Amino acid sequence: MSPEGAPQMQDTIAARPENLISGATGDWEVVVGLEVHAQVASCSKLFSGAATEFGAAPNSQVSLVDAAMPGMLPVVNHECIAQAVRTGLGLKAQINRTSVFARKNYFYPDLPQGYQISQFDQPIVGEGEVILDLADGGTATIGIERLHLEQDAGKSLHDQHPDYSFVDLNRSGVALMEIVSKPDIRSAEQARAYVTKLRAILRAIGTCDGNMDEGSMRADVNVSVRHPGAPYGTRCEIKNVNSIRFIGEAIRAEAQRQIDVLEDGGTIQQQTRLFDPDTGETRAMRSKEEAHDYRYFPCPDLLPITFSQAFVDELAAALPELPDDRKARLISECKLSRYDAEVLVADKETADYFEVVAKGRDPKLAVNWVMGELSAAFNRMDIGIADSPVSAEHLGELIDLVSDGTLSNRLAKDVFEVMLKDGRSPAAIVEEQGLKQVSDSGAIESIIDDIIAGNPKQVAQVKAKPKAIGWFVGQVMQKTGGKANPAVVNEILAKKLDLGEG
Amino acid sequence: MTELTDLTIAAARDGLREKKFSARELTDAHIDAIDAANAALNAFNLPTPDKARAMADASDVRLANGSTAALEGIPLGIKDLFCTEGVRTTACSHILDGFEPGYDSTVTTQLWSAGAIMLGKLNCDEFAMGSSNETSFYGDCVNPWRRTGDETPLVPGGSSGGSASSVAAHLCLGATATDTGGSIRQPAAFTGTVGIKPTYGRCSRWGIVAFASSLDQAGPITRTVRDSAIMLGAMAGHDPKDGTSVNVPVPDYEATLGQDVKGLKIGIPKEYRMEGMPAEIEERWQQGIKWYEDAGAEIHEVSLPHTKYALPAYYIVAPAEASSNLARYDGVRYGLRVPGDDIVSMYENTRAQGFGGEVKRRVLIGTYVLSAGYYDAYYLKAQRVRTLIKQDFDKAFEKVDVLLTPTTPGPAFGIGEKSGDPIAMYLNDIFTVTVNMAGLPGISVPAGMSSEGTPLGLQLIAKPFDEPTLFRAAEVIENAAGIAPRPERWW
Repeated sequence: MSPEGAPQMQDTIAARPENLISGATGDWEVVVGLEVHAQVASCSKLFSGAATEFGAAPNSQVSLVDAAMPGMLPVVNHECIAQAVRTGLGLKAQINRTSVFARKNYFYPDLPQGYQISQFDQPIVGEGEVILDLADGGTATIGIERLHLEQDAGKSLHDQHPDYSFVDLNRSGVALMEIVSKPDIRSAEQARAYVTKLRAILRAIGTCDGNMDEGSMRADVNVSVRHPGAPYGTRCEIKNVNSIRFIGEAIRAEAQRQIDVLEDGGTIQQQTRLFDPDTGETRAMRSKEEAHDYRYFPCPDLLPITFSQAFVDELAAALPELPDDRKARLISECKLSRYDAEVLVADKETADYFEVVAKGRDPKLAVNWVMGELSAAFNRMDIGIADSPVSAEHLGELIDLVSDGTLSNRLAKDVFEVMLKDGRSPAAIVEEQGLKQVSDSGAIESIIDDIIAGNPKQVAQVKAKPKAIGWFVGQVMQKTGGKANPAVVNEILAKKLDLGEG
Repeated sequence: MTELTDLTIAAARDGLREKKFSARELTDAHIDAIDAANAALNAFNLPTPDKARAMADASDVRLANGSTAALEGIPLGIKDLFCTEGVRTTACSHILDGFEPGYDSTVTTQLWSAGAIMLGKLNCDEFAMGSSNETSFYGDCVNPWRRTGDETPLVPGGSSGGSASSVAAHLCLGATATDTGGSIRQPAAFTGTVGIKPTYGRCSRWGIVAFASSLDQAGPITRTVRDSAIMLGAMAGHDPKDGTSVNVPVPDYEATLGQDVKGLKIGIPKEYRMEGMPAEIEERWQQGIKWYEDAGAEIHEVSLPHTKYALPAYYIVAPAEASSNLARYDGVRYGLRVPGDDIVSMYENTRAQGFGGEVKRRVLIGTYVLSAGYYDAYYLKAQRVRTLIKQDFDKAFEKVDVLLTPTTPGPAFGIGEKSGDPIAMYLNDIFTVTVNMAGLPGISVPAGMSSEGTPLGLQLIAKPFDEPTLFRAAEVIENAAGIAPRPERWW
């Protein structure tokens, strides 16, 4: 939740025809702003020393501070401050060297203090931007309004007991970055691209693991509709959407709902809504009138956060390469296509893997393997690159074995399948299974001699129609178990059959 | 030989080291005194004699081994706002019924490390909200002092009423206390004891039940300036667990005592001469000025022009913070839970029954001043006033070293006399709240008796972390006025 009363910014984004939704009263444009909550990658919580590991037993990672025992005080975890600054740098944003933690007051059993420590009118990061690559080759710039740090709440479990709700405080006090976009997003696709890009940036600089399954990233989605060129419509906020796919679906559903209401002559009520993935619809949670008065005020237990420009400069100097910079480098250094580069940098681990494979090798071969066989295998096995049984070094060695003629492409694919199963090096597999390509011309010659001698009819045919040489190649491969070097086979066949080159 | 309960901390410490008596004997003497007095004074809401004896025996072993820890073998009382491991801690509120923390506050931890012994938990106003110790769930605490020829029970002041009463009645050698708007100094003035509120950030707030975080500070109440210096030395220090704790070394306060004050510049803030202030308060103040002149100090009039706004601003800032700090008492995790039909009614029932009237009043005021539409007019404006008050002091301290003021606008009043009139009650803090608003150290020292035969105090205020000068200046009053006598034992 960002502070109310911020001046309405000037909308300078021209409507794009491909984003418009046609309705009975003409075309509609959807306007979207996102508040993404990203869990800060840190070993301990924002204001306590408790661990943050995912999946621990309920209430096993709760300090006295997280449980709001009497007399307990928050103490700022400086790593979380550094992570927020790094993220701000990654978003090319204004870094505020003085910021203030404020209390947001409300009662809920999974909020032990009775307030969330957040930032209100003085966030740690101000305006920035995220650049989206559009399908048509163009770009769209999505403004960042602010980034602030806040505590997560605990979790209420309503299905454990017939009469009581249970509370798990493991998440209570975990550091979140709330990254608020400007209302610059104009379609469900752009929203998905924005979150994908944001996630890639956070993962690239290591400030959030981006695991949406584990709740490390979730979004509140603000949606309104209008006719192109009209002022912004009344917005509804869809709370806590927890996957990129659902963000897209929620926007589509909510935009359509609002269009239907308006086209039926109704008006949009400012509301907080929930997206139900089962029905694919949003439903009302509470109206503006029921909204809390959070009574924000500066947290008196914490002094304002201040740091020097030197601290910012130090973090900037050590900042890992950002996805956009990496994409540009892969295109210029490795001569990758824009598409290939984009796909690779969307996931930091994939790009890292690729760069290890490509080191000292033809990047085209490397990208073909990584985005081809490897990616297909992961889809088949339903795993991510972090769990790859084939290391980047081994994949590189496999490419080397093809390049030096030890393996044919076909053999290489067989070896790759074995590598996926047992994770051994390709050299070891080739050695053990005797899969090495036969390039010994003497051995191949004698096999060819046998085939020519035993098949006079085919020999006659090939003299008339040189393309029929494929039959002979197939015979050789069959007899050698596919191990014969195809180049050598073709060369000897041409000579023996007197076909000349090609 | 004098009674063991007549000793000061300094004298008891020396006697223990010289093996004139044991920590156990000293402790037993105080346990007997509590047994005899507590029914009448209600100073302790939880005496812990068994724990005290066990701690005393352990201390005797350490003394036998030559321990010279600052408070080795000294029996103390602990205000019920300080969390004490395994010992019920309630802030004298019904809502913390039966709460036994699994931890000790940093201040009490430091006291135990210095060898001190806990006699029990001391009565106070509920969540330290009050100036008379009449808001405690455990009942009124009574001042051991009475008006001459009058048996009307008097308040000991508040919120640290139990701390002041028990020290004045010689039930303990010293006591911890806390001060948010005057809660150490005002009860000290009402009971003839010495009470110092140190600089904000000097003592850790970790493990002390919070009232208003930006104003709360712990400090000691003792019978002499020297004892306060000894005790504060053990309580103070930087604590990484409190983000507002300040990392400056703790001086040896006791070593700064006994120096003269020749040339010390004493400021007299003219705005503290309030209309309608009783003549005897003015008279005490003038007496104080005379004592400093006699001791060779320089007297200067100074101006603190925003003083009149301090009390109203305080009653916005403190309740605002309190309304938020007290949100955690919701019946979910500890203390009282009054069941309801659903979570909201459970909250409502628990907080309706768990909080007393004064606490509810302040939670309501605090919630109101932070509400949308009122925040700027109240909270923000009060914070601006606070900045102006700080600047007033900064300017005054360019000219002078210490400020001298009355501690309270009058002597101890009767129980029930002001409890029906919150404004009259709040006016008790008129000379003390400014010090909390500016985060400065302030001390109240006994300065003689009122016409009613009850004690009066004078307050000294110094620059941040200049407690040594405060103690040094305080000794002038103590030497001139004398240590307050032991009140007549009517219980």
